[in-house]
Amino acid sequence: MRIIPFFISAILTTGLIIALNSQLSIGNSKTPRLGYFLSPQYGFWQNAEPANVSFNDDIKMPGISQQVDVYFDDRLVPHIYAENDADAYFIQGYIHAKFRLWQMEFQTNVVSGRLSEILGEERINTDKYFRRLGLVYAAENSVKAMEANPETKAAADAYTAGVNTYINSLEPQQIPFEYKLLDYKPEAWTNLKSALFLKLMSWDLSGAPEDLTYTNTKAYFGYEDFLQLFPLKQDSLDPIIPKGTVFEKPEITVTKPTTLDSLYLGKNNIISNQPPLKPNKNNGSNNWAVAGSKTKSGKPILCNDPHLGLNLPSLWFEMQITTPEYSTYGTTFPGAPTIIIGFNDSCAWGVTNAGRDVKDYYAMQFKDSTMQEYWFDGKWQPANIRTEIIKVKGKPSIEEKIAMTIFGPVMYDKSYLSDSAKPENIAVRWKAHDGSNELRTFYKLNRMKGYVDYVDAISTFECPGQNFVFAAHNGDIAIRQQGAFIAKWEQQGDFVMPGTDSSYMWQSVIPAKENPQMLNPERGFVSSANQQAVDATYPYYLGKPNLFPPYRGLIINRKLAAMNNITPQDMQMLQTDNYNVFAEICKPSLLKYINKSALNETEKKYLQTFINWNLRNDIHEQGATIFKIWWDSLETAVWADEYAKASVKLSFPEPSTLIEKIINDSSTYKFIDNINTPNKETLEDVITLALKNATKELEMLEQKEMLEWAKYKDTKVQHLTKLPALSTLHIPIGGGKHIINATTSVHGPSWRMIVHLTDKIEAYGVYPGGQSGNPGSKYYNNFINQWAEGKYYDLIFIKKQEARKDSRMKWHTVFING
Amino acid sequence: MKFFTAIILTALLTYAIGLFTNLPWYSFVFCALIIAIAVHQKPWKAFLSAFIAVFILWIVLAAIIDNANEHLLSKKVAEILPLNGNYTLLIIVTGFIGGLAAGMSALTGSFLRKIK
Repeated sequence: MRIIPFFISAILTTGLIIALNSQLSIGNSKTPRLGYFLSPQYGFWQNAEPANVSFNDDIKMPGISQQVDVYFDDRLVPHIYAENDADAYFIQGYIHAKFRLWQMEFQTNVVSGRLSEILGEERINTDKYFRRLGLVYAAENSVKAMEANPETKAAADAYTAGVNTYINSLEPQQIPFEYKLLDYKPEAWTNLKSALFLKLMSWDLSGAPEDLTYTNTKAYFGYEDFLQLFPLKQDSLDPIIPKGTVFEKPEITVTKPTTLDSLYLGKNNIISNQPPLKPNKNNGSNNWAVAGSKTKSGKPILCNDPHLGLNLPSLWFEMQITTPEYSTYGTTFPGAPTIIIGFNDSCAWGVTNAGRDVKDYYAMQFKDSTMQEYWFDGKWQPANIRTEIIKVKGKPSIEEKIAMTIFGPVMYDKSYLSDSAKPENIAVRWKAHDGSNELRTFYKLNRMKGYVDYVDAISTFECPGQNFVFAAHNGDIAIRQQGAFIAKWEQQGDFVMPGTDSSYMWQSVIPAKENPQMLNPERGFVSSANQQAVDATYPYYLGKPNLFPPYRGLIINRKLAAMNNITPQDMQMLQTDNYNVFAEICKPSLLKYINKSALNETEKKYLQTFINWNLRNDIHEQGATIFKIWWDSLETAVWADEYAKASVKLSFPEPSTLIEKIINDSSTYKFIDNINTPNKETLEDVITLALKNATKELEMLEQKEMLEWAKYKDTKVQHLTKLPALSTLHIPIGGGKHIINATTSVHGPSWRMIVHLTDKIEAYGVYPGGQSGNPGSKYYNNFINQWAEGKYYDLIFIKKQEARKDSRMKWHTVFING
Repeated sequence: MKFFTAIILTALLTYAIGLFTNLPWYSFVFCALIIAIAVHQKPWKAFLSAFIAVFILWIVLAAIIDNANEHLLSKKVAEILPLNGNYTLLIIVTGFIGGLAAGMSALTGSFLRKIK
């Protein structure tokens, strides 16, 4: 009977190993395979990088034609010295993969709708969202454009080969930490993945997600009231191209549909489907360049800080790329070749988002529920059905059938996120669907010698539209809003359009030479901060004004106009400035209408702090918190009563709308009144009530010692999985919405760069992250303190022979063909 | 003597199989099984020797890595798992899991030897 203990023991052992080799469910999340994950020779311990890690190495590999030298400086920025382009991009891919592989793949998995494959069924709705929006379709079209150009094809091919060489060199225990945590493996890189990553940026920056909620808002309030909530102009606008600039006669005339009033502006359709996620509304940026006439050195200075979601690993990775033909430095996107924002020997460039609406929706009529034919221009047209397979971890795959129309994919229909009995079929027309080769622009910018090259580089850039700022050593400064922007009739695409006839289609793209632009203006600077590019004299419709936040542009232009003898240090101060110009505009009105006699002692105390406030959103300011909460409370007091009864999702008016109504015509603005009371409320009533309501929250915050601005705002840089343990939390930093230092809670300046175009380029930069994507590396988040303090690093831009001797170069990796 | 021989052999073989092969992480339990068959001990002793071997091996390996890493990653993992950020506890848990798997396997090996 000795066999019995053996069997029991064998079964228990097998059970134990199976359990340790499985992902166990705890609540909503799953553990890693614990035995594997904890094994010191296989699991996460292998990702714990020694603090004194060395990156000195000799690597022999096929794929490069000549020796490539990479020097890593003390911040782990690689300086790549290659003999030709192919080798340079090969090594760029290899290094991106070495430090950021998991992130590169994860981000392309997000945008291609493949998260359920990794994380399980709770991500199915977001996966469907990206599939139905046609992101994969868009990337497929862009790969064709990218591969049609021999230069960008060669760059992308070399980059992809470099990434794959690194992936293939990995031993199983060396795969990045997150693969082990989430339990999957890296797969091969492709040019399509690089294109997918660039489409992620298009999604983030040309998403224009409000069209559906505008449609609902118009239906709910009627067109007249809609214009009261979303006016077609902003008083505080100081456009990128100064007011008074004369524009040439447009080449294109746009024809309005004859049925505009009945089928579009006057039609009240309700869209019940709502996307499960949207790009962050605060996505934006600052950039400017000052001419030598305004600087101490007599040479231009260029500045750029793109405001995006703050993540770890960071979106950005710094790098220098040098070949015998050119040398460039800046930030790169792990996932794509070339430098995206940076400088070379003679020029610097930067970008902010144009924010123009290049994504519109059309309501389609299908013959029947098979969605094979739709009504267009008086007859039934066949729709192609695109099938997307969504794999789901631990579950059967899902087959998503998407009807493709003349406009694009049908994003919303009965099968997707509809809670209505008879939902609309909404097709989406998006500029990003069209094949375009954005890589060419960065490839050319990296090599440009002057203004003519800059114009050539950006002229083919289509989506997402950007304001490209430029400065050169020879003294030129310039800015141009570039993208494939649609020549639209007023309010075209602000709401869902009828998809049944061709008169509502996009008519043509505005010629690149008619895009807003400026070279060497007399005022000595160019700037952009996502405000409207031009005033109403520009011959084309730019899109809903409230897409464009006016205040950062206003304060940047005011400050730059007043500055002279500018140094890079002055620019650092400006880029990290916490002055709140929006509060400056609001403060007189709040103080004019507040009824002090109706306030109790606590309310008076907070009012007094607000009165004494210096209008700066610095770390310790309490006035900034009081203003923010008072203002939010005012918005609620004004709008919430009208919005409360809506059963579908609506758009909320912008702060600029409310303050401009308060300043200009408060007595006639009907939304001031609370419709739920018999009395007719005045502005005095709502502003006073707002402070009273705000006081309740302020008292609570004060008890928790969270009244100081930075504590209240609570900035964090989150890991892409949102796991707190892998994120950096409670970062002491000022700034906020409408402020040049645009740091909000999870969003802000994702890269700050200042380039002084002196004989030897002088450059500064910092981003809230670190060069390594490995949470087990000390280079994972080591820049965050420097960034929060508003300090910069010297960007080291040197020749190979200097790099060899420079003491700041800490490590040297030699790549040899073999 | 057999007890110590089993400990040392199990630890060595476990370390070697992790270092020199690309076999799955759990291959070391077969090392424990084979040693338990080869070195004849009472079942509870077989269990204990394999447990001690891998418990100590994994703790030493993890501690060396962790020390060089200045606890950067272990603190994060000890928050995720969740062990309250306690990296010492994480190292002990690591050792315990390895030890338990090896011990159970050795126990099975010892019983198997008895059948013959």
